[in-house]
Amino acid sequence: MKALLGIFGFVIFAPLAGGILCGLDRIVTARMQGRYGPPVLQSFYDVLKLFQKQNLVVNRFHGYFLFCFLIFLIISGSILYAGDDFLMVVFALTVADMFLVMAAYSTNSPYSFIGAQRELLQMLAVEPMLLITGIGFYLAAGSFDIGHIVSVGKPLIFKMPGIFFGLVYVLTIKIRKSPFDLSTSHHAHQEIVKGLTTEFAGPTLALVEIAHWYETILMLSFVFLFFASQPVVGILLAILIYFIEIIIDNTNARVKWQFTLKSSWIVTLLFGGINLFILYILK
Amino acid sequence: MNLIMFLILFPLIPAIIIRLIPSERVRTSTVLISVAIIAVASIFLAFSSLQSGCQYFKLPFKNAGTLITVAEIVLAVTFLFFCRRLPFRKMWIPVIIFIQYIPVQYFELSGKVPVPVNYLILDNLSIIMALLIGIIGGLITVYTVGYMPRYHKEHPEYKDRTSAFISTIFLFFFAMFGIVFSNSLSWIYFFWEVTTLCSFIMIGYSRTDEAVDNSFRALWMLLLGGMGFSVTIVYCSLNKSIGTIELSQITAMTNPMVMFPVVLLCFAGMNKAAQFPFSQWLLGAMVAPTPSSALLHSSTMVKAGVYLCIRCAPVLHNTSSGTTIALIGGITFVVASAIAASLSHGKKVLAYSTIANLGLIILCAGVGSSLAIWAALMLIIFHAVAKALMFLCVGTVDQQTGSLDIEKMRGLISTMPQLTLMILIGIAGMFLAPFGMLISKWAVLEALAEKNPFLILTVVFGGALMMFFWGKWMGTLVAVTGKHMNKEKYTGIYEWAALYSLTILTIGTCVLFPLTAVYFIHPYIMTIYPGFIGDPLFHHDNIIMVLIMLGFAIFLPLGFLVHWEKLHYSVPDLGGANVHDPERFMGSMGESREWHLGNYYLNDIFNEQKLLLPANIVTLLIISIMIIAVII
Amino acid sequence: MSFLKKSPWIIHYDGSSCNGCDIEVLACLTPMYDVERFGIINIGNPKHADVLIITGAVNSQNASVIKTIYHQMGDPKVVLAVGICAASGNFFRDCYNIKGGVDTVIPVDIYVPGCAARPEAIIDGVVAVLKLLEEKTKK
Repeated sequence: MKALLGIFGFVIFAPLAGGILCGLDRIVTARMQGRYGPPVLQSFYDVLKLFQKQNLVVNRFHGYFLFCFLIFLIISGSILYAGDDFLMVVFALTVADMFLVMAAYSTNSPYSFIGAQRELLQMLAVEPMLLITGIGFYLAAGSFDIGHIVSVGKPLIFKMPGIFFGLVYVLTIKIRKSPFDLSTSHHAHQEIVKGLTTEFAGPTLALVEIAHWYETILMLSFVFLFFASQPVVGILLAILIYFIEIIIDNTNARVKWQFTLKSSWIVTLLFGGINLFILYILK
Repeated sequence: MNLIMFLILFPLIPAIIIRLIPSERVRTSTVLISVAIIAVASIFLAFSSLQSGCQYFKLPFKNAGTLITVAEIVLAVTFLFFCRRLPFRKMWIPVIIFIQYIPVQYFELSGKVPVPVNYLILDNLSIIMALLIGIIGGLITVYTVGYMPRYHKEHPEYKDRTSAFISTIFLFFFAMFGIVFSNSLSWIYFFWEVTTLCSFIMIGYSRTDEAVDNSFRALWMLLLGGMGFSVTIVYCSLNKSIGTIELSQITAMTNPMVMFPVVLLCFAGMNKAAQFPFSQWLLGAMVAPTPSSALLHSSTMVKAGVYLCIRCAPVLHNTSSGTTIALIGGITFVVASAIAASLSHGKKVLAYSTIANLGLIILCAGVGSSLAIWAALMLIIFHAVAKALMFLCVGTVDQQTGSLDIEKMRGLISTMPQLTLMILIGIAGMFLAPFGMLISKWAVLEALAEKNPFLILTVVFGGALMMFFWGKWMGTLVAVTGKHMNKEKYTGIYEWAALYSLTILTIGTCVLFPLTAVYFIHPYIMTIYPGFIGDPLFHHDNIIMVLIMLGFAIFLPLGFLVHWEKLHYSVPDLGGANVHDPERFMGSMGESREWHLGNYYLNDIFNEQKLLLPANIVTLLIISIMIIAVII
Repeated sequence: MSFLKKSPWIIHYDGSSCNGCDIEVLACLTPMYDVERFGIINIGNPKHADVLIITGAVNSQNASVIKTIYHQMGDPKVVLAVGICAASGNFFRDCYNIKGGVDTVIPVDIYVPGCAARPEAIIDGVVAVLKLLEEKTKK
């Protein structure tokens, strides 16, 4: 019952929260650049507008790939909010991303193609850290079950600061912020048109936007898990982390994929790996 | 017991018939009938003995032991016969044969080898292996019947020795059934060497210089692994505290003396499973016709290696040797995946991914806990089915398009829709949740969570790399290029039959994995870990979650069949420089030019030349240190 | 209700402009004018865009490009010709390679005058476009 409530809450409220968060993101970004910025609800206007546009496609498959992408993203979040296995959340997330990559590949357009390649590279850079986070939770809390991780008395951040840092590092990649927004970027700065979303238009693009909201909330939920015993502090800190990501986004230029891959793997190995070893020895 | 003897001996009959009667019609009908008989027999065996636990059988008939000894000598002579034309600088290959056969034969003929009581074993592990060999191996054989005539049409320069090839496949079945049902080490040793012989014949099939070179490389590498067996047999005979050559007794001992033979057996297993530093023979095996690659990589040969390691797993549990073996598996997993990420040759990618997956299985065997063995068995099943499917598909693509390059498979979904769908299912089975391998990877991570973090790191990074190269391949296939020329029509009925059966099997094993776990794997683990009460991983919520995901993963793609309305077709964005053909663009001088896309191969980071040598050296060092440490 | 009005996304194409109007278009994005207040984003991708802003006259090289971009935009869409060159070709109109204003190739909805067009005028043009967009949605 509780699990169903969690899933229901996630499916309904995650896009709302994610959309508002993205709206705030744009305002904060604008203020940092000395501008006024759009209304808070701007992301919703964008998506609703996209649904009113013509459904322009290159072939009849890629829209459906994106639909699968969204569904699996929701499944991934639902597993998390149902309090199930953390590793399964990460695996479902990989499946979702795979659908996104395949959608971009299927368009057979050069810009989408490069975007898809870079998305794969980003997944390659991120996945180890996400799995290590799960194993860190296991060593620190004694279970992969998120229901169990949440019920641990002390905040887990004190046991796994290295893993936390590593996760925040790859979070930048995952929520598509500079300097790691290789595959596609939300803001007006772009180098390969719109990366892997180049060929998606109208309602199809709207699916990507909605998926992005879900993804943002999912990622911040990962951050929340580190402070799960104090929910209020946890939420505030998750928002703080998002704010820090915005600052990083606005103060950094995009880097090459080589740097993205190497640096995130080094951070994963150094911070995540060493933290794991310490947890293992302490156990 | 009779059924076991039937399974072991029956394949010899079609092997002989096909070798002796050159007619193609006789060959085809013999293959179809025998494959059906073997498959039915192995399924029948599974149903009749699944719940009866571990059974042992005494000598099947009088003089069987003598027969095997004679056969061993014949085998050794056959090896020497093949080596007769080797140049002088390669004369060390026959020397290996002498070194390993003379002591064993001396001990056996002089009666110093302890006589086993139970020669044969039948438990769920043997049943799983028998099913894989009987069904998947059988399907590959059916495919071969359709494949070989076309292969020779394409390569008129090779002599047509199809009947020898197919009879070797049946000899392979004989040897594989022998390995999985034998309990006496000297018997396993004999069958082990028969598989070496078979792969030697298959690899050298085309008799080009490259093929001959590779076949001899495979021969000496695999003979090196056989050395592990001969030393084990001699050691077990000499060491009075062991005093048996029954595998089931050796792996049940708590005696610290037993570590040495077990490590040697695992050495032989890793050798056959193409772990670093012995991976070269499997890569060299690529020169052979595709069905033999499928056979070597999926259900037979390499699986014999991991089978032996899993048999030894209970002894390895919580020992430093076990951890070392796991380490070699882990290193192999990560390095082989990294190399696969940098290659574009389809068959090579498949080969390295096989090596990587076997590394994961060896890692599980080295860890040896109940959950790890659970994961290892699941991996064996899923990998066998999906890999056989992949190899056969790639072989068919090669025949139709004449290329194995993944880059050239761009847009295959337009030209070969059915086949591409099969490849996609195979790839999904290899790495995507909630399909097969991912379930196993999940179990591996949960099994390793309390173990040395280094092993986890190898699994985590190797898994990410694996996702990368499979992802690239999947994407390349689904690109819709708009060239609609169906090239599938030349594929024959036998090929389609094998391909469709394997596709259904791949999906079936994924969907039915809880049943596989409950009926096949749990009883086996209970025989080695009596306290095991079902998998802790599979508590109620998780299994529901996985099944829901499976439902989505299987039924969602059906939506591709629907033609959605309200779609407005457009052309890809080329910065406005589009011309009539979507594969071309307007160049700066106003003429239309073709554009090309190519995947990232990260060659400056993960490079075959760069990674292979260090990995081989490191693993060789680890193995030597392990063996020396065990001796001391 | 049309949400197009609340988030018109723009693609900016430089015909054969002297870059004067281009600079002014980009100036609209700067803190001084900040068109993102109205949800306007310079998206740079015809498939995503609702408004095509063209500066400069059309020449024989880019006529086909403009047509392609226009046809790659999903309906409803509007075209804004910014600057006098985009409107009529201005004093380039007699050059051997110039075809004339944007309306010689694709239908233009709003003309923004000026040489170069001032940011205020461009924003004014975009706001005028929003009304048109709403009408086009209803159709």
